[in-house]
Amino acid sequence: MRAAVALSVSAFGGARRRGWPVIAALTVLLVFSVIYSVTLGRYGVSMTHAWLILWSHVVPVADPTWTAVDANVVEAIRLPRILAALLVGAGLAISGAALQGLFRNPLVDPGIIGVTAGAGFGGTLAILLVGGGTLVMGAAFGFGIGSLLVVRLLASVKGRTSTLTFVLAGVIVSAFFEAAISIVKLLADPHQKLPAITYWLMGSIAATGYDDLALLALAILPPSLLIFLLRYQINILSLGEEKARALGSPIERVQWMIYAAVACISAGIVATSGIVGWVGLVIPHVARALVGPDHARLLPVAALLGAVYLLLVDDIARTATVAELPIGIITALIGVPVFALILRRVQSKSGWAHD
Amino acid sequence: MIEAPIVEVKGLGVSLGDKPVLEGYSLAVDKGAVLAILGSNGVGKTTLLNCIVGLRRPDAGAAACAGRIGYVPQLFHATFAFSVLDIVLMGRARHLGLFSAPHRADYAVAERMLELMQVGHLRERPFNALSGGQRQLVMIAQALASECEVLILDEPCSALDYKNQAIVISTLRKLNREMGLTIVFTTHAPQHGLEIASHVLLMQDGRRYRHGPVGEVLTAENLSTLYDVPIARAEFAPGGSFTFAPAYSQ
Repeated sequence: MRAAVALSVSAFGGARRRGWPVIAALTVLLVFSVIYSVTLGRYGVSMTHAWLILWSHVVPVADPTWTAVDANVVEAIRLPRILAALLVGAGLAISGAALQGLFRNPLVDPGIIGVTAGAGFGGTLAILLVGGGTLVMGAAFGFGIGSLLVVRLLASVKGRTSTLTFVLAGVIVSAFFEAAISIVKLLADPHQKLPAITYWLMGSIAATGYDDLALLALAILPPSLLIFLLRYQINILSLGEEKARALGSPIERVQWMIYAAVACISAGIVATSGIVGWVGLVIPHVARALVGPDHARLLPVAALLGAVYLLLVDDIARTATVAELPIGIITALIGVPVFALILRRVQSKSGWAHD
Repeated sequence: MIEAPIVEVKGLGVSLGDKPVLEGYSLAVDKGAVLAILGSNGVGKTTLLNCIVGLRRPDAGAAACAGRIGYVPQLFHATFAFSVLDIVLMGRARHLGLFSAPHRADYAVAERMLELMQVGHLRERPFNALSGGQRQLVMIAQALASECEVLILDEPCSALDYKNQAIVISTLRKLNREMGLTIVFTTHAPQHGLEIASHVLLMQDGRRYRHGPVGEVLTAENLSTLYDVPIARAEFAPGGSFTFAPAYSQ
């Protein structure tokens, strides 16, 4: 982790043009992280077996050298969780990168548009009222998307929305839903519901099965593809709204498509995994340091980095102590000092001061 | 046949809150003309440009441009470390589909405009590391890459030293003479108007303005009224080229 931090700071703002070597290297790293993560846990599976079990889905193996229990642990228990970590990490990083470009502010996190808090409230409310299950997911997702609509309503003045009013509206909606979450906690039964709510909010992908995984993929992959397709429009918008408008870019359309995509990703992540902060803020920085500000390279690199990062965080979450650690706590523990470093760096360079 | 003007402002009115900024501004710019806009700070020069560019909706009247506009704002600064080529390439925005990235042809246009502005050697440099004069040339290259017919510049020389002012002004002259580009720019130096403009707009305040050919409107008397400072005409050689200079009181 320390290496990544040093890298992000030393190579800050460098405009390097080559993306493919970085993407290739990260893909290799991703594959190794997946295989390594499969072997982690109290039930031992060797690296070779882990690789062979995964590979047997690509090329069928006639007589397996591993046991049925090995295969079961890898495929039914560890793999869905690993894939969920990859998806969540990639989704958070790509939304963070897109919003940072859109808002021309490198200190922005997907939570800023109010969707995360809205989804958090939906989920806690559902836990309070019914206890758990798919309704929690549905409520979280619904409230997440709903809060984007509220933000939009608050931010539109005479049919135009400036990014500043949008961010302020997002902050207002977040603050409202955070207060609402506190009220739900206050109302919750302190022996059963309150711990469930608190633990859910801290973020975990421990219980991910293939059903959840499918929902997560549905909430994350299509919007991520949409964001990637808009890569060049994000570049243009990162010059500033006025400049982009003068250049003839359809900025309102692009902005709302990205807001909607980010809302879908954030709501999907909160619905299945709780609130996982700091990834969307920190990872795009490291990506920008590696490949420069062009979103055609930045977005895929951020997605890969985010995936590997959250996978390693989840590995820590499930192996560091006997009990599970919520991943939201670990991402905050790592993210806050990194954020502090970035802040100092920005201040000393003042290269990001708004004009 | 008389061609319709390419930029037309009719009865333009703009308010900031309750405070009127511009009221009843009307003017026309013909194709191939160069209009220099002069006026004190805060008189509404940028507001007028923003209306023509379409960045601001007028509260009354209309500002229309019949051709594609290339807009060069004052002192542009990029938030992220884009290279010069990246910045010029983004001038292609209106020629790109919503989901597409620039193609080889777009790169070719961008490279050509960089060469035209004689900043091709800077193409890999981070934009923000350039000097003010270089940035201005790059931003003009960006506007040209959009294949604009009207070039609108907000104080293109405001933060530049004499040498860089000369480069920008002679570049604009070349673009007007050789490519027939219509140019509208704001400036605080009457000299720039004398050098390249065919027409001048003197903005006295939100309501009062003078608009007309350089020879008629850009006079020492009008400038003295405009800036409320005595301004004299000074000839470099008898009967030759001249400039205007303020004669500050003690």
